Amino acid sequence: MSERAKRHAALHTASARRILVLDGAMGTMIQDHELGEVEYRGTRFAEHGTDLKGNNDLLTLTQPQVIGEIHRQYLEAGADIIETNTFNATAISQSDYGTQDLAYELNRTAAELAGAAAATVENADPDRPRFVAGAIGPTSRTASLSPKVEDPGYRNVDFETLRVAYGEAARGLIDGGADMLLVETIFDTLNARAALFAIDELFEEMGVALPVMVSGTITDLSGRTLSGQTAEAFWNSVRHARPFSIGLNCALGPTELRAYVAELARAADTLVSAYPNAGLPNEMGGYDETPEAMATHLGEWARAGLVNLVGGCCGTTAEHIAAIAEAVAGVSPRAVPEVPRRLRLAGLEPFELRA
Amino acid sequence: MNGNFVNIGERTNVTGSAKFRRLILEGDFQAGLAIAREQVENGAQIIDVNMDDGMLDGPAAMTTFLNLIAVEPDIARVPVMIDSSSWAVIEAGLRCVQGKPIVNSISLKEGEESFLAQAKLVRRYGAAVVVMAFDERGQGESAERRYEICARAYKLLTEVVDFPPEDIVFDPNVFAVATGMAEHNDYANAFFEAVRLLRANLPHCHVSGGVSNVSFAFRGNNPVREAMHSAFLYHAIRAGMDMGIVNAGQLTVYADIPAELGERVEDVLLNRRPDATDRLLEIAQEHRGDGTAVRSTVDLSWRQAPVDKRLEHALVHGIDDYVVEDTEEARSQAARPIEVIEGPLMAGMNVVGDLFGAGKMFLPQVVKSARVMKKAVAHLLPFIEAEKAGGGSGPRGRIVMATVKGDVHDIGKNIVGVVLQCNNFEVIDLGVMVPCAKILETARREKADMIGLSGLITPSLQEMAYVAAEMRRLDFDVPLLIGGATTSKAHTATKLVPNYDGPVVHVVDASRAVGVASALVSAGQRAPFLADVSKEYARIATDRAAGGTRSGTEALAAARANAAAIDWTDALPTRPRQLGLSVFDDYDLTSLVAQIDWRPFFAAWELHGRFPAILEDARVGEAARTLYDDAQAMLRRLVAEKWLRPRAVVGLWPANTVGDDIEIYTDETRRQIATRVHTLRQQMTREAPGRANLALADFVAPKESGIADYLGGFAVTAGAEIEARAAAFKAAQDDYSAILLQALGDRLAEAFAEHMHAHVRRELWGYAPDEALSNADLIAEKYRGIRPAPGYPACPDHSEKQTLFALLDAEARTGIRLTESFAMHPASSVSGYYFAHPESRYFGLGRIGRDQVADYARRKGISVETAERWLAPNLAYDPVENAA
Repeated sequence: MSERAKRHAALHTASARRILVLDGAMGTMIQDHELGEVEYRGTRFAEHGTDLKGNNDLLTLTQPQVIGEIHRQYLEAGADIIETNTFNATAISQSDYGTQDLAYELNRTAAELAGAAAATVENADPDRPRFVAGAIGPTSRTASLSPKVEDPGYRNVDFETLRVAYGEAARGLIDGGADMLLVETIFDTLNARAALFAIDELFEEMGVALPVMVSGTITDLSGRTLSGQTAEAFWNSVRHARPFSIGLNCALGPTELRAYVAELARAADTLVSAYPNAGLPNEMGGYDETPEAMATHLGEWARAGLVNLVGGCCGTTAEHIAAIAEAVAGVSPRAVPEVPRRLRLAGLEPFELRA
Repeated sequence: MNGNFVNIGERTNVTGSAKFRRLILEGDFQAGLAIAREQVENGAQIIDVNMDDGMLDGPAAMTTFLNLIAVEPDIARVPVMIDSSSWAVIEAGLRCVQGKPIVNSISLKEGEESFLAQAKLVRRYGAAVVVMAFDERGQGESAERRYEICARAYKLLTEVVDFPPEDIVFDPNVFAVATGMAEHNDYANAFFEAVRLLRANLPHCHVSGGVSNVSFAFRGNNPVREAMHSAFLYHAIRAGMDMGIVNAGQLTVYADIPAELGERVEDVLLNRRPDATDRLLEIAQEHRGDGTAVRSTVDLSWRQAPVDKRLEHALVHGIDDYVVEDTEEARSQAARPIEVIEGPLMAGMNVVGDLFGAGKMFLPQVVKSARVMKKAVAHLLPFIEAEKAGGGSGPRGRIVMATVKGDVHDIGKNIVGVVLQCNNFEVIDLGVMVPCAKILETARREKADMIGLSGLITPSLQEMAYVAAEMRRLDFDVPLLIGGATTSKAHTATKLVPNYDGPVVHVVDASRAVGVASALVSAGQRAPFLADVSKEYARIATDRAAGGTRSGTEALAAARANAAAIDWTDALPTRPRQLGLSVFDDYDLTSLVAQIDWRPFFAAWELHGRFPAILEDARVGEAARTLYDDAQAMLRRLVAEKWLRPRAVVGLWPANTVGDDIEIYTDETRRQIATRVHTLRQQMTREAPGRANLALADFVAPKESGIADYLGGFAVTAGAEIEARAAAFKAAQDDYSAILLQALGDRLAEAFAEHMHAHVRRELWGYAPDEALSNADLIAEKYRGIRPAPGYPACPDHSEKQTLFALLDAEARTGIRLTESFAMHPASSVSGYYFAHPESRYFGLGRIGRDQVADYARRKGISVETAERWLAPNLAYDPVENAA
């Protein structure tokens, strides 16, 4: 058995036994380090032509000790799976900073960095394997929506551009040794379908098959993604990738998100993940949900049999993850339901042909 | 036709629709979108998009059209079928859709290699696929070849590219028949046989096809083509075809095909005789033309059949002309009169029940069947009583049904009653406004097997909760069935189940009633059925409880600060030409009939769809047409014989807003307040800027503005005579006519409200003197101003009707009375307010917080508990929990 196959077997065993804990927000933790333009640039990009402050993914190259420290804090707080610092590391998103040529390197190095952090903690506690999920964010563009009000047929990105950019990012993550891939914060399912297409192509080319987690984002209280799909329609639209898990993250706090996680928990014949924000943003753009309050919610979801993987998104910190890990410890993971084989399609709403 | 048959809209196809082709060639994609929207509105569950035309850049046209659809939520809610014979066009389409589409189509035409390459890409893009029965040797013609090609494709798809079998749809080739070439004679038959083989041998697969090809030989003769399509679909669906690209507008109802034509069409399709084509051609000329003349010839050949078959025919077709003589004939042949009921009549009703269950008959038809049955039974009863035998096999179960206290709406309940009777349940219908004690006493005395409660207005939900609690207190254990427009599974699960230890089941519509009642009286099914129900309700209840306050509410002060910002100097209010009350008595019915909105009328009969398209609908068109004809006939009598006396009162008063209240003044000095209309304000959290937290009061100028504004009110009724006449129909065993009259009464009342509103806009208030709108525009509410009704979304408190009725002196002037729950009696009545401001619009109040309820109670001078009771469905909190 190859090393990769062994790790996948360990992942499946662990997910069958317990609810796995994901880490929390990277950005929130980076903010605590109060880094300035100089730190973002480091020596390598001291002469770069545009401002780089805010390009968090670049810190993998310029401040690796900061990123490594955040990974360590999450692992010690109890995370089973940490996400690479690559949320915006596609050429499309990096082009905002003129750093699009770094996309492969950013992904590969971030995966190596997270892998090293996971290995250190795992070696100290070998009974509990720790995994690295290569994070693939939504990019800064949407393929099903027009940014021009007067021209609804216009798009500022197309499937092909997304496919190439996602493929490059995924290749870096796989080469860097990520145990799994995580297509996350999906506002627009067409972007995600391009990512899943690229990943499937890459797996075939490289002769590998990593578990793929898919996590969408319900952007408002009407229960739809930004591109208008309901949770179940979203599931129908990505199920062909046979993901390791399907879930929701970001945008809403646990109170608002629960109903949609429950909708997925009923419909999906795979694992379900959820990592909400620490509540809705307050007037100051901050997040108010305390570690205890969030843990209470996620603990209740766990006991209600809704989830297999839990964690936190915007506004969550290592304290949140520690509280969440404690709240779900010992609770049985959601049993994956058997869903009858039926033709299921989707527009914005799900379609099912009942025999 | 089968209820599970998926109708794929074919109009957005340049090869199938000349109109769509012209629009796309002219680059008018917006008009193309309108066609897509219309298809979805008319019930297409998937829309087929095809841009295969030599004059078009296929990939570009596909991309443009799908990108435009993507941002139209009314269209994009359904999946797309990406239809092209060119892989480049298909792939362009696959790159534009966020949902999961169907690709139409791929085949083995170019060999395995390219088939597998395309299949793999379809799977990678995440789409289902249509596979044509086409391989290297050509298209499959015999049933065996069609099946073999598909079976080979299935094996390759599932075994080589791991394609999910449930995502495979076969198109086993619809070819033209009756072409004059002998080798084509078996094409349709071979299609049916291939469908059977596919569905039997290739697990989870589906079958689709483009139906109109079959009749290609009869181009120019639509009646024959339509008959062929209809008969073809009938046989194909029976064989297992579960999807199809069809033009629903061009389809005769199978049962409507004239007998001779039908027989000859089927001879052709089923290849039943060598001269089938000639024989169809022989009569094809006679069926040219619009086809309607053909339909209207009455076929009495069924009168030749034996009496049992005649009774069955009469029941299935709802024909009561001969039922008494046929029943008498059957009685004279039977040993005992009861045997006629237990024998041929029950057998006939079983056929009706089966057809209804299979989705081949529709509610209005079943209600007509019941009328025939009742007439037959009425004829037999004196004989049965004379014999003093009684006994016999009893009904399957006995149900006591009632519309609860305070509510007068009973069309739905009456339909459920009839449907249950058709299925051999004994129904004791206590009528409307029935107090709890009477329902429970009757149930106990009659040893009812179950109790059914119905209601339409929101206060009835609480009365139902009370009945449930009383059933617990009085140690009932029989099932409680719940139905009616405002009832829901969620309400049943969270408010009724906790009040009663016996089973409580929500019945969503009449077509479900039989299934539920049958399960409850079946020894085998009852326990598993109830276990399923209680599991589902428990889940709903937990979700609800955990979901808690899913929607955030703003504090009342914040919501008020975000009221609609209307610039009152922009459009100064128009002073009404006629202030005070205007009364209309014995209003002309003819003008109301013309303004009927038919869509809700069909919906009351569970026939859903747009009018008039529904009359041509493939599935329900026949039922809808018959119902419409019956309705028109009744309307003619109703007008000619003056069955009804429509009455209305309209009031227009000086008014200004103070806070969320609208003050109504006794005169234009505006010194003395006649009364206050209390409105409620939306409290949902508004994230998008520019979206206000509305209250109806926002649409009337505030007092401090010094602008003289006005408010209107109205109450109309189609006439109190409806109820007596409906009762007379019932007494004459004619529930069908009774329900028909009630449904028409409701429509006439709505039409009256629409009519008066136009009169107010043009004349009485006169703020839109030149308005000229068609009935369709009126129904689409394209006019200025609104007429919201107390008890409905913008102002859900039914008790505000009391204030409105006092202002209008409505009881004296129209004869409409309010029940203790503020339902209007007679039921065919409408009341509401008139707001004239151009920015006034309908909205839903949504959930409101404790702060507003307390404020509202104070303004109205009622207790918080009373306010909470009337506003129960709108509370953002659980009053019981908070009180504890």
